[in-house]
Amino acid sequence: MRYSGWQILRQALGGNRGWKAQWRKPDPRPEYDVVIVGGGGHGLATAYYLAKNHGVRRIAVLEKGALGLGNLGRNTTVVRSTYMLPGNGEFYSFSLALWKDLSQELDYNVMFSPRGVISLFHSDAQRDRFARLGNAMVGRDDHAVLLGRAELRRLVPYLDYDNTRFPIYGALLQPDAGTARHDAVAWGYARAADRLGVDLIEHCEVTGFGIAGGRVRAVETTRGRINAGKVGIAVAGHSGRLAGMAGFRLPIESHVLQAFVTEGLKPVVDHVISYGMGHFYISQSDKGGLVFGGDLDGYASYAQRGNLPRVEHVMEAGMTLMPMLGRARVLRSWGGVMDMSADGSPIIDRAPVEGIFLNAGWCYGGFKAVPGSGVAFARLIATGEPLKAAAAYRLDRFRTGHLIDEEGTGALHNRH
Amino acid sequence: MRIRCPLCGERDSREFHVMGAAEWLARPAPDAGLEAWDAYLHLRDNPAGPTRELWFHEAGCGAWLVVARDTVSHAVFEAVPAWEAGA
Ligand SMILES: Cc1cc2nc3c(=O)[nH]c(=O)nc-3n(C[C@H](O)[C@H](O)[C@H](O)COP(=O)(O)OP(=O)(O)OC[C@H]3O[C@@H](n4cnc5c(N)ncnc54)[C@H](O)[C@@H]3O)c2cc1C
Ligand SMILES: [Zn+2]
Repeated sequence: MRYSGWQILRQALGGNRGWKAQWRKPDPRPEYDVVIVGGGGHGLATAYYLAKNHGVRRIAVLEKGALGLGNLGRNTTVVRSTYMLPGNGEFYSFSLALWKDLSQELDYNVMFSPRGVISLFHSDAQRDRFARLGNAMVGRDDHAVLLGRAELRRLVPYLDYDNTRFPIYGALLQPDAGTARHDAVAWGYARAADRLGVDLIEHCEVTGFGIAGGRVRAVETTRGRINAGKVGIAVAGHSGRLAGMAGFRLPIESHVLQAFVTEGLKPVVDHVISYGMGHFYISQSDKGGLVFGGDLDGYASYAQRGNLPRVEHVMEAGMTLMPMLGRARVLRSWGGVMDMSADGSPIIDRAPVEGIFLNAGWCYGGFKAVPGSGVAFARLIATGEPLKAAAAYRLDRFRTGHLIDEEGTGALHNRH
Repeated sequence: MRIRCPLCGERDSREFHVMGAAEWLARPAPDAGLEAWDAYLHLRDNPAGPTRELWFHEAGCGAWLVVARDTVSHAVFEAVPAWEAGA
């Protein structure tokens, strides 16, 4: 069923009883050409582009739970390309460009909202850094505007500009970046992939690999053994475990990141705003909740929940920047498990086992990457050749010293 | 999360700074080669379950500790001084 205004009208007249399930619930077949492990954004997008761009026919996505309930359904949905380093810059620009037409591409409203992303700076040195970042962005045809204090104040009057410790000097604005609806991204890609014949198999956990002669032949799952020509791993925070099953180690440690949402409020925060001196960023959802988050808890974790010290820190940072926040009540907080790579940048590459491909290390920034990563990973799996915009995301860059350390914090997994 | 420092007793985790896997204590020889240094600096076992990590009692006695913890339940089992623990 194609979605359109006409369909909405028609279904409304029929009491909305005519909508069909958005994807099939097939049982796993004994064999596929490509098996994708992980039904989050990256797995679903990869399956879709494998079918659409490369005509791969027999594809399965194996998801241990339900589709899109991992990090995809837990993230704070900021979509931007404010990255400076070569390797990262071209990839995130490429991905942002795909977001702009994604609803049309999938015939599904992913509610991409280019409301503007404001990154605040609080000193002359930080202004220089953001000016340089902005120039790098403009140099690759992204949009970036350096705002002084007065201009910024007209856009967002409610910040504490004269904070004694961290006064606000201005901001870098990416006007065409913003947010999207996370669930719609899962459902949109799932529905579109299903229509191209991809088998989306939920409640099917991969527990091991069948490897013979140095090549992958099959995956072991809770729903039996499935033969596979190629296997793509896209399991976000669980990459280390899958690598362990296949007998190799990754430059990755799993960490928990928390996020928060307040009760629904009238429209008040029109942009995405990130604090330059504390771990805090915020936007307002279409339902009205203020969605905000901060930094990692800092210790390795596979629990989808964090601890109170980080909650306190995020609230303090938020109150420092935006004192009016104190009037809102927090409804919920939650956590997600992410792959933190040693340099804070992702990996899209072949794994050390022939036939296994790896999409990992997205840290806390992999939602914006979903379309770009899907295109890149599908291309690598189908053709063996990396997409040019993602060619720097090699697994061997750690060994060879070509780290992509956007924040310049060094090779520490919990410092990015 | 509370950690029992062998020198200071049980303390709030806020007093500590976490460095990462206890592997940091197994520094290879300078000439150990690329593979050994890559493994040391970057590659991790990253277990879901019991793990050993290097923590620094920054706002306490200043000791480096090896903390045995569970990455799934967040339970803290034991903390021993790094100089006694080894990697
Ligand atoms: C609180 C929070 C806020 C964030 N905010 C942002 C943001 O604002 N902007 C941004 O760009 N990014 C953000 N991120 C990061 C982003 O959510 C992730 O990088 C991205 O979603 C990861 O890719 P994914 O969607 O494929 O992951 P997931 O949705 O986690 O998909 C991986 C799937 O693999 C499945 N799986 C795992 N193991 C197995 C197995 N053995 N067998 C079968 N299936 C398995 C999991 O169940 C899961 O569904 C945030 C993350 C968190 C936690
Ligand atoms: Zn102590």
